[in-house]
Amino acid sequence: MIEENPVSLHDAPSRPMNMIEAINDALDIMMARDPDVVIMGEDVGYFGGVFRATAGLQKKFGKNRVFDTPINECGIIGAAVGMAAYGLRPVPEIQFADYIYPGLDQLVSEAARLRYRSAGEFVAPITVRSPFGGGIFGGQTHSQSPEALFTHVAGLKTVIPATPHDAKGLLIAAIEDNDPVIFFEPKRIYNGPFDGYYDRPSRPWKGLPGSQVPEGYYKVPLGKARVVREGAALTVVTYGTMVHVAEAVLAEKGVDAEIIDLRSLVPLDIDTVEKSVEKTGKCLVIHEATRTSGFGAELVTLVQERCFYHLEAPVERVTGFDTPYPHSLEWAYFPGPVRIGEAVDRLMKD
Amino acid sequence: MAEGPVRTGKLRGNLPQLELYVPEPRYRPGDTVDYTHLEIPEPGLLARPDEACEASETWPLTLDMIRVLGDDDRAVGPWNPGLDPETLRRMLATMALTRAFDDRMYRGQRQGKTSFYMKSTGEEAISIACAHALAADDMVFPSYRQQGVLIARGYPLVEMVNQIYSNRADPLKGRQLPIMYSAKDYGFFSISGNLATQFPQAVGWAMASAIKGDTRIATSFVGEGSSAEGDFHAAMTFAAVYNAPVVLNVVNNQWAISSFSGFAGAERTTFAARAAGYGIAGLRVDGNDILAVYAAMEWAANRARAGKGPTLIEHFTYRAEGHSTSDDPSAYRSAREAEDWPLGDPIMRLKKHLVALGEWSEEQHEAMDRDLAEQVKAATKEAEKNGILGHGLHHPFHTMFEDVFEELPWHLQEQAEQAIRERQTKWPEWKE
Repeated sequence: MIEENPVSLHDAPSRPMNMIEAINDALDIMMARDPDVVIMGEDVGYFGGVFRATAGLQKKFGKNRVFDTPINECGIIGAAVGMAAYGLRPVPEIQFADYIYPGLDQLVSEAARLRYRSAGEFVAPITVRSPFGGGIFGGQTHSQSPEALFTHVAGLKTVIPATPHDAKGLLIAAIEDNDPVIFFEPKRIYNGPFDGYYDRPSRPWKGLPGSQVPEGYYKVPLGKARVVREGAALTVVTYGTMVHVAEAVLAEKGVDAEIIDLRSLVPLDIDTVEKSVEKTGKCLVIHEATRTSGFGAELVTLVQERCFYHLEAPVERVTGFDTPYPHSLEWAYFPGPVRIGEAVDRLMKD
Repeated sequence: MAEGPVRTGKLRGNLPQLELYVPEPRYRPGDTVDYTHLEIPEPGLLARPDEACEASETWPLTLDMIRVLGDDDRAVGPWNPGLDPETLRRMLATMALTRAFDDRMYRGQRQGKTSFYMKSTGEEAISIACAHALAADDMVFPSYRQQGVLIARGYPLVEMVNQIYSNRADPLKGRQLPIMYSAKDYGFFSISGNLATQFPQAVGWAMASAIKGDTRIATSFVGEGSSAEGDFHAAMTFAAVYNAPVVLNVVNNQWAISSFSGFAGAERTTFAARAAGYGIAGLRVDGNDILAVYAAMEWAANRARAGKGPTLIEHFTYRAEGHSTSDDPSAYRSAREAEDWPLGDPIMRLKKHLVALGEWSEEQHEAMDRDLAEQVKAATKEAEKNGILGHGLHHPFHTMFEDVFEELPWHLQEQAEQAIRERQTKWPEWKE
């Protein structure tokens, strides 16, 4: 593989993109750079994917490297493991994260364990892309956030971008990574960031922070969080869509919060979280996924274990409820401004 | 016109209650066994279609049974691969070596040298024929009873024993249950304990070979029991859709631990017949007849390599011993089943064939067995120098945390430090 270090991303020519365009650009670049990268999944070929993430790639790189698959997630991931054993670097798409479960055994028992069980003889450098999360009236089977299932598995990395800039850089890093990566794309923010106020008009990415995407090859390293906003009063730890919701709510409340976008859950940038909580003394964890045994439980525990003597208030978490994602009551379920606001008020009352 | 919606549906009337059918094997412990219900054709009767034929032309072969070696110990018919005596003797010796190895490792487990073992007794022909019919660098995605492939490909016995003993020379660093080998240089994929997962992986590997314009093909094995897994369907569908250069094998040894083949659907049709629904070529073969197995494998391999697509092969055989050292088959099946198995023993059948050809003798066979037993014993002794399970000679402690990821992340680093602290308390005398 060619090693190129972009001298400075700030100097690189860039253009505004939405998250789909950024993902498509990352795939395009990696397909061109590495002949071992192949893309497969339901509807990803000629049609270019139901969210258009692979649009144009089959035409450009041929059916041998970008192809449709049967509707069989076990087969998609299982075949990807076999392709990886051959020496390819597959990038399968699972059309919705909600559909990933038939492929779970192949991910958990096979891809994740292969390096360990073969003592490094075989590896599974697979990047499984999958749109996840709600806020699009997808009902219970097109809205789930199952990231905690994957962070619980030894041997899997879990990556979740929150901006077009990061989506491209993280996806390139994920594809080049020699371990299996679950790359969850928050589909609510494919076309524009979402502030959680569902009754306000949605905004496109263009012109907004994170939408200016450098051209060409660059990586955003896995395991390095992004401080979205520096602050002194409260640390907010979150990822994906909720980064933008948190930003809007905290701005509305006028709280000088430090907002951390984790970008990858495994590996986790615990240093950035620790330093921030030590500074602010207060911590709020936010995710859209269900509450019990969610990744928030892990984060709250880590903060408690590592920052206890700096804490001035109990660590709070704001999450989705422990129900399936309801269709008509989507905005009652979604951990939006009211739920976050309550938690912020509790944390800031002294 | 009725007003409003009308509920539609037939009146059922007075009908008998439905009953659930739960399959039951014919024989249980203590029963005498009668195999007259098994349809075992005379050898040599089935036609051998062209390797490039339409998949549907193989339909009769999925319901019948390809056999080459007859009761008169002669090889007959169009499926006779016509192997030279030297190759036959090598196959015989490799089957016998596999059995000798199994016997010794079984005893080793009983002597407490390891935790677990799985024999392939009675099924040796399938693995050894596979290794002979394929190219040395064709990729095998095995289940847990294809040790014969490794042995036939010349993988060192001592490495196998090191793995089984989980000792300090175990190539898999003591991480895997015994017999879950991995041998990339021998075209042998890492064995999973989860069943049938290797089937779609083999198809993916074969697809990759086709994507790259390679000439290598893949093959994989599942038991008839785990052919019930969804992975089987995934593999068959992908293999059919992409015309993948892969040979998919179902080793029908009649038993999945204590569940007979009826729990995988054997009472309804053959396992080979499943190929037809996918539009894949299918063959059903006498799995205890190494010449028939070789011929079927060769047919399927040639077909795959010529770009004519995948083949499903059912190997009809019998698991002559327990599922594993943790199993007691006398608790659920008649001991007469193995003794009376009408397809005989694969080693005996090839031996008698060679004797009938005038290419082998009882004396040679006995001498070979003694020699193989010595060979296994020597490998075992050599491996024991590297330790046996639970006696302190294993890979260094820190290897426990390696290879989870390519690089050690902070949380595993912290846990490794914890493990080393615990070690100082638990085993203060520890040296490595």
